[in-house]
Amino acid sequence: MSTATTTENKELAPVSAESLAALLVTRERPPRPSALSASLTFGWRAILKIKHVPEQLFDVTAFPIMMVLMYTYLFGGALAGSPREYIQFLLPGILVMSVVMITMYTGVSVNTDIEKGVFDRFRTLPIWRPAVMVGYLLGDALRYTMASVVMLTVGIILGYRPDGGVVGVVAGIALLLVFSFAFSWIWTMFGLLLRTEKSVMGVSMMVIFPLTFLSNVFVDPSTMPGWLQAFVNNSPITHVSSAVRELMAGEWPTAEIAWSLGWAGLLILVFGPVTMRLYNRK
Amino acid sequence: MSPQSAAAGRAAEAPDLAIETASLVKTFGETRAVDGVDLTVPTGTVYGVLGPNGAGKTTTVKMLATLLRPDGGEAHVFGHDVVREADAVRSRVSLTGQYASVDEDLTGTENLVLLGRLLGHHKRTARDRAAQLLEAFGLTDAAAKQVKHYSGGMRRRIDIAASILNTPDLLFLDEPTTGLDPRSRNQVWDIVRAVVAQGTTVLLTTQYLDEADQLASRIAVIDKGKVIAEGTKGELKASVGAGSVHLRLRDPAQRPEAEEVLRLALDATVQREPDPVALTARMGTSTSDTAAEQAARALAELARCGITVDNFSLGQPSLDEVFLALTGHDTEAGSTTGSTEASEGEVAA
Repeated sequence: MSTATTTENKELAPVSAESLAALLVTRERPPRPSALSASLTFGWRAILKIKHVPEQLFDVTAFPIMMVLMYTYLFGGALAGSPREYIQFLLPGILVMSVVMITMYTGVSVNTDIEKGVFDRFRTLPIWRPAVMVGYLLGDALRYTMASVVMLTVGIILGYRPDGGVVGVVAGIALLLVFSFAFSWIWTMFGLLLRTEKSVMGVSMMVIFPLTFLSNVFVDPSTMPGWLQAFVNNSPITHVSSAVRELMAGEWPTAEIAWSLGWAGLLILVFGPVTMRLYNRK
Repeated sequence: MSPQSAAAGRAAEAPDLAIETASLVKTFGETRAVDGVDLTVPTGTVYGVLGPNGAGKTTTVKMLATLLRPDGGEAHVFGHDVVREADAVRSRVSLTGQYASVDEDLTGTENLVLLGRLLGHHKRTARDRAAQLLEAFGLTDAAAKQVKHYSGGMRRRIDIAASILNTPDLLFLDEPTTGLDPRSRNQVWDIVRAVVAQGTTVLLTTQYLDEADQLASRIAVIDKGKVIAEGTKGELKASVGAGSVHLRLRDPAQRPEAEEVLRLALDATVQREPDPVALTARMGTSTSDTAAEQAARALAELARCGITVDNFSLGQPSLDEVFLALTGHDTEAGSTTGSTEASEGEVAA
């Protein structure tokens, strides 16, 4: 877009004092928007940003495709006899892993945004305070959905056949979205806490890599040493990927679903207030 | 509102205060950015907060706009405590910060609609209001462009437009013209005047003395986190002296003699300008004569001594002079007085 130079040089239309005065006469104010309405408006902002900078969708399209292809063919033959065999086990797990990895971009965008003047304006608005953050996460939920759809499509092309059908798959994705929404509060916290985008990325990697790899995404934990099993079996990622895997396979894993939702609730309960505290202090 | 009706309004009831602070303090580590600021801002006026970079102006505004929590003292906006009743304050104020407080990735329209929605307007009202504001601010052509492609003047306009989506009772303008060319600056001033004319109180921070002079009715001069002077423009200027006389002589050789005559006639401090025929006399406050009477006397005296004056002007003391007199140092904004003195100093050395 080369509008920058043209707008600079063009003569600005004058400010119309009369129409300005007419606009200022009304002093009545509409009632403040509800928490939901304010959050949805911020979600709309996130979508507008995607519209203006569609390149940012790269991480929810190319990256997930790469993950599915890479791990299916890298481990497939060795672990399950064939990639087609392996993807029946891998796809729900790699779906969880990739979407959880994508959540860290929330922290990066919060961090780059907070330095900008627009945040000061948001913070002087008489609205439900967490709405700005929730708006980010709603926009991100859309991104997670896109990533899930992309990965499922690639998976089905490669031979993934979920026994749970459409209902099971949708239920699995819904659970994953709920968990990711909750998980993202960790990143909103780091986005506000850390000073630079780079440090946010650094910390995110440190958390996400061990957490996602040390799980049952790639293999059954029963071959791991006991101390590692203790960690893996209790990791939230393991619970979520077991739940998603079974939901997509047409089962109803009540315990795993409960664990996943419990973790989601805990994450929001811990990191939500911390985020809001940092946000109010910034 | 005419001056009479304003005065009558004040007489009828105690003046409402838009802002009242008492010993406001904010520290960042070791630095006391705001160090005991007391401000009293009546409604319906432009109140100027004048000071150099780093004086604590922005920090003060941020505390009043509920963005920063004070470390000490109290601040009330329309009677509401800025900490305990932050939401009540937020519903009545708007802030236009030093840097554009709009989303640069969004278009002008999207920004205004977004904020309109957040203020509780319905989609249609928000859209209408956005279009009307863009029209009034001469931005209709740029409405569909991302703000990051706007020029400095356009950014200021969209920024102020965003601040008056709901007509605020109090508008904070934090250095609204910093970095603007003179034309855009004049346009921003026109906008500020239009906003005030409709009854909104404006707290304007600036490091430009002429800006405070142009817009504000009362001014607080702030330096190193403290208010060092407060009053109407007239009071502040009077605190420095009655005014000054600028003279241009025909013959530079007569300058020393003219200097002496002026000093005796006016009880003035006389300063040589870089121009070899120019002199500035800053009149003292020892007599009750007006500046004009004193000046007339001085001119008569010069004529009697046979000194020809080519050009003569009588000036109110500028705020530059006020600032210099109050702080003992110059504004970092680079006032004309300062730069002249600096260059003289260099020549002398």
